[in-house]
Amino acid sequence: MNEFITITIDDQEIKARPGEYIVAAARRNGIYIPTLCNMPGVHPAGSCRICTVYVNGRPMTSCTTPVAEGMEIETRSSDLEDFRRSVVELLFIEGNHFCPACEKSGNCELQALGYRLEMMAPRYPYQFPERDIDASWPKLIKDHNRCVLCKRCIRTILDEEGHHIFAFRYRGHNLQITIDPEYGKNLTDELAEKAAKNCPVGSLLYRGKHGFETPIGQRKYDKEPIGSDVEKLKKVKVS
Amino acid sequence: MRKKIIATTSLAGCFGCHMSFLDIDERILDLIELVEFDKSPIDDIKKFTRECDIGLIEGGVCNSENVEVLKEFRRHCKVLVSFGECAIMGGLPALRNTVPIRECFEEAYLHGPSVEEANEEMILPNDEELPMILDKVYPCHEVVKIDYFLPGCPPRADLIWNTLYALVTGEEVKIPYEVIKYD
Amino acid sequence: MDTKWIEKTVDRYGRDKTRLMDILIEMQQEKGYIPSDTLPVIARLTGISQAWVEQTVSFYHFFRREPSGRYAVFLNNSVVANMMGREKVARAFEEETGCRFGEVSEDGLIGLFDTSCIGMSDQEPAALINGKVFTRLTPFRVREIVRNMRAGKPVEELSTSGYGGGSNALPLIRAEVRNNIQRKGLLLEENYETGTVLREKLRLLTPEEVIWEVKLSELRGRGGAGFPTGLKWEFCRRAKGEKKYIFCNADEGEPGTFKDRVLLTEYPGLVFEGMTLAAYAVGASEGILYIRYEYKYLERYLNHVLEEMRKKNLLGKNIAGIEGFDFDIRLQYGAGAYVCGEESALLESAEGKRGEPRFKPPFPVEKGYLGRPTIINNVETLCSAVKILYFGSEWYRTMGTEDSRGTKVLSISGDCRYPGIYELEWGYTVNDILDMAGADEVQAVQVGGPSGTLISPEEFSRIICYKDLATGGSFIIFNNHRDILRDVVHNFMEFFIDESCGSCVPCRNMPWLLKQKLEKILNGHGVWKDLEDLEKWPAIMKINRCGLGQTAANPVITSLRNFRALYEEKIQKGRSFDEGFDLEKAVEESCEVVGRIPLI
Repeated sequence: MNEFITITIDDQEIKARPGEYIVAAARRNGIYIPTLCNMPGVHPAGSCRICTVYVNGRPMTSCTTPVAEGMEIETRSSDLEDFRRSVVELLFIEGNHFCPACEKSGNCELQALGYRLEMMAPRYPYQFPERDIDASWPKLIKDHNRCVLCKRCIRTILDEEGHHIFAFRYRGHNLQITIDPEYGKNLTDELAEKAAKNCPVGSLLYRGKHGFETPIGQRKYDKEPIGSDVEKLKKVKVS
Repeated sequence: MRKKIIATTSLAGCFGCHMSFLDIDERILDLIELVEFDKSPIDDIKKFTRECDIGLIEGGVCNSENVEVLKEFRRHCKVLVSFGECAIMGGLPALRNTVPIRECFEEAYLHGPSVEEANEEMILPNDEELPMILDKVYPCHEVVKIDYFLPGCPPRADLIWNTLYALVTGEEVKIPYEVIKYD
Repeated sequence: MDTKWIEKTVDRYGRDKTRLMDILIEMQQEKGYIPSDTLPVIARLTGISQAWVEQTVSFYHFFRREPSGRYAVFLNNSVVANMMGREKVARAFEEETGCRFGEVSEDGLIGLFDTSCIGMSDQEPAALINGKVFTRLTPFRVREIVRNMRAGKPVEELSTSGYGGGSNALPLIRAEVRNNIQRKGLLLEENYETGTVLREKLRLLTPEEVIWEVKLSELRGRGGAGFPTGLKWEFCRRAKGEKKYIFCNADEGEPGTFKDRVLLTEYPGLVFEGMTLAAYAVGASEGILYIRYEYKYLERYLNHVLEEMRKKNLLGKNIAGIEGFDFDIRLQYGAGAYVCGEESALLESAEGKRGEPRFKPPFPVEKGYLGRPTIINNVETLCSAVKILYFGSEWYRTMGTEDSRGTKVLSISGDCRYPGIYELEWGYTVNDILDMAGADEVQAVQVGGPSGTLISPEEFSRIICYKDLATGGSFIIFNNHRDILRDVVHNFMEFFIDESCGSCVPCRNMPWLLKQKLEKILNGHGVWKDLEDLEKWPAIMKINRCGLGQTAANPVITSLRNFRALYEEKIQKGRSFDEGFDLEKAVEESCEVVGRIPLI
């Protein structure tokens, strides 16, 4: 098998590794495709849909679609840009996202996507759903108001025997994340911290940590847009 | 060229957005070359004296007075701008939106730590002079048409300045990355 | 709690977490709901976490978490049910039982619940009571039924209306369901004896030749998507895997569809033979009929048919005397989720999980059930394949149109004199079909169910075929007296909101927002911008993962395209802004709390 295959992203030929996902191939080549539910190295969920690109003219999520020889991928078009902003807007109106009062503000990926995509205000009406804050766990606080249902906690937080600690409950508009009563009680600090870290928003908070520790101006997305790290790769390559 | 006329107000807000407005610092001297203020806390004009070009709205809509003022602004201003998270989405006052209104009142006037003993007669304010409280805090654009949105808590001074400058001069607005913030 | 009984049940399925659906269905059947304290036991025995069990339980409509009454009534709330008088029936149930829908009567005897289309659109209003189907309900019959419930009669004796025709009257079914077969074609003709193709044809053909014959026939999937069947079989034949599976998709949940119910009632042998044929073609050893919970009343009968086929050596080892051809079939019931009709969601469900569609690639033909190569075909597709082998592809190709060969079984319901099943060659116009079904003063036809298209009389000369008006079979007729926006579009949007799995952001939210918009317009608060929004917003639905998500805005999209005047007449003239803010309403509650009279 060849070590590399060739694909085209936005009219630019790039080399990709067989089997890798489009989003990863793009990243390595300095092309940032916005993602939210995706986490490098973790089995993709393909649920937020923000990384949708056109693959040979068809909309596909780049986090779930493996590269194939000769693939032609379009990541930038006015409708794709609009879909991305629309996804972010839908997430903002679906929950209760009070950024000024959120511990994750400045380090939040949803917020950062809003900044990058220049969302000034969502086009959709705020829903203000009634949601709980579940503070019944010894190591964690789960704030359902802020949850974007990305499944990162479900996918990444398992005990040593592979038991899932987080899970979905209900479906559709009522969908929510639950914590296993047994495993939730006995969650280790290590896993609790990891869960909070993997949460792209401020929906999972680890009790061992204080919020608002980093001053405004020094937080992750204060100065540079999300994806800048990826795009710098390209600049280095060019120069 | 005639100076553009600006009006500003704070509805269910904390005046933080107005403070941020003042953070444009010495550019305020440039600003008064370009604009005149009508109804606004900045010059303390209480009532509209003429039709305005731009209205800046801080704060969401939490009571009947807010509704009235907001509608008045819509009537008198050609362009209305929601500035700040509260105007855009209710902001922190909207934290009450998922709490039944009775509970809000009871917490605020009867059982809250600061009123617990002070309100012995257990009175909920109900004077006709008081504005009526709405069932939730509404974003301004759900009550009247809003033309532009400046997010932030508060919106950064540069965002306010750049936007106003563009609106007044008709030049294209420049929005650097650092000035779009939701906190 | 009797954990022994739970243990026994879980043991019967080998403590296999992939059989969670079966385990839960048994719990539900036995107790009438799934008590919370069973979850940790099931979790422990199957080796998964309790949250993981609950994840599956809470996904399915028919898994109840609370006692749902000794008689649990699930009354269909689909569009056709409403058209046929559901409202009166529902009120009668409420009056007779003293509880409202969504509740259980105080004595715990009767529970009333809504449910999506149960596949009885030609005999609505219909309900499931403890899994038994009751059709053509009227307030009078409701009173009778509730009286019999109070008298403690078994569910079989609640009704005195007798059994429906055909196999419905067999002791193993005993349902009052009617077949209403109005027109027969090559699938619904009665002269075919089950097993003929297996016994007489297969011996002479290699698997490749079978696939070749199906390819030549140009048969395409009858579930709606229309993928070439022969090609699917070929992909699966070529895929590498120690074991391969044949799934028959009998989860027909598209509102207004009921043809698979009739095929399974009258021609189950044909369906199973089709699965066996497919197994021969691709080299599969196990078959699973995934069937919706709404058709639970057919379970004993279908199992009996399978048993008969085993006795005749049409299933089991060395089938029809062909050395080494081993294949058997079992039933897999769902538990109430439209999305499970999507093939990969169906597989997830069959593996004991939530019915969340998978992303593709990989496709099921390569990685399907339990990660192995799997064919998933619609009931009708499999029946067609048998007939193709029986009569030959050449003959089959003489029927239908250039791009749509053979016949299609339509489920026709709504405003017409002869609702029921019509097997037609592809290529009839909508007008032809309306004349066949006896429909007058037709305002609109919903072709392909809510996920399909709502067409107006201007388009009634269009042709039923893949290229023009593709359909999985649902054909609902609305006459001039129907309020299209309120009765049809709104109902369909509620359906999609109820049935979204919730995984994809647009599908989880957009139908909800569209419904809000629609209600705003219906309530007289609409402005032109709302129509613009309704036109623009649904564009994002095409980035959803599955067919449900991609089509969930179709009721709005197609009604706005074809019935724009209905929307426009509800829009406020001379007003450009209205977000529905109502000061009077907004202050009502607070004034009441503080005790003052609103002054506006």
